[in-house]
Amino acid sequence: MRATVVVFPGTWSDNDSVWALAQCGIEARKVWHRDEVSFAPDELVVLPGGYSYGDYLRTGAIARFSPIMEPVARHAEAGGLVIGICNGFQILCESGLLPGVLMRNGSLQFRCQDAYLAPVSQASPFTAHLDTSRAYMIPVSHGDGRYVADESTIAMLEDTGRVAFRYAEPDGRVTPDANPNGSVNNIAGILNERGNVLGMMPHPERACEPLLGGEDGNAIWRSVLESVGAKV
Amino acid sequence: MATYLAHVNVMLRPLINDPQGLVVRDGLHSLGFEGVSAVRVGKRIDITVAAASVPEAEAAVRDMCAKLLANPVIEDFEFEVTEVAAVD
Repeated sequence: MRATVVVFPGTWSDNDSVWALAQCGIEARKVWHRDEVSFAPDELVVLPGGYSYGDYLRTGAIARFSPIMEPVARHAEAGGLVIGICNGFQILCESGLLPGVLMRNGSLQFRCQDAYLAPVSQASPFTAHLDTSRAYMIPVSHGDGRYVADESTIAMLEDTGRVAFRYAEPDGRVTPDANPNGSVNNIAGILNERGNVLGMMPHPERACEPLLGGEDGNAIWRSVLESVGAKV
Repeated sequence: MATYLAHVNVMLRPLINDPQGLVVRDGLHSLGFEGVSAVRVGKRIDITVAAASVPEAEAAVRDMCAKLLANPVIEDFEFEVTEVAAVD
């Protein structure tokens, strides 16, 4: 399979994402947000981390109107795979492809630290092959990562298996102390209804080889590969 | 066409936790403003826009708020439109 990593003005995790995907044997191209592109049905679209448009107004608020978001939305509607990481998650929420919003961390501090994620739902290609009995070490790096939605939306996400990850202790227990930003129910990542769109605040591309402290992030790309039946 | 100035206020909805407001409240307390019981931090956005009438300007600003300036999941908005001298 091929991947496309979208670059907005202010994106900084694009090269890291391309590198991490390559570690798992996925060839990735970078496209500028104004490029005219089309996506193959089996293409993985990555909205990477960064500060698109300087986070002006609200995180992701301006990037959602970038020309490339139209083909991204069409790809998602057609069942194509889309993952938004950090700023990419914020853009997916602003664009309405995922519900809720990412607000200022409860601590008001920028948090750049290791985080342990407990996989919750396996109802997506991104998470189908993750081990729900353990935690994955995938770092966070954000100032606006507190996931917020109204009560009925949270209940719907919980009841329909759309919470992908929760912040947890290294042993997988979900505790208030393990929550780096004050997200409701320790939510670190959510899925759309069909499970083909994932938004997550932690950075799997920063955990892609032992030199970086771990390679747990690769489990997500490998799960995608296994799910779509591609050769690793 | 006339020129209108809109003062837009975007505020977090009442039930949304505002950690920034809490820190500002604590700062005011430490400066001796002990009577302060609550602080909420929002945004003020000024927009100069050409329109044929006040209602048309208001409709345009309402649309801007709904589409971009406020996120309805967490924010409410209000605005006031006044006619101003045209600027080049």
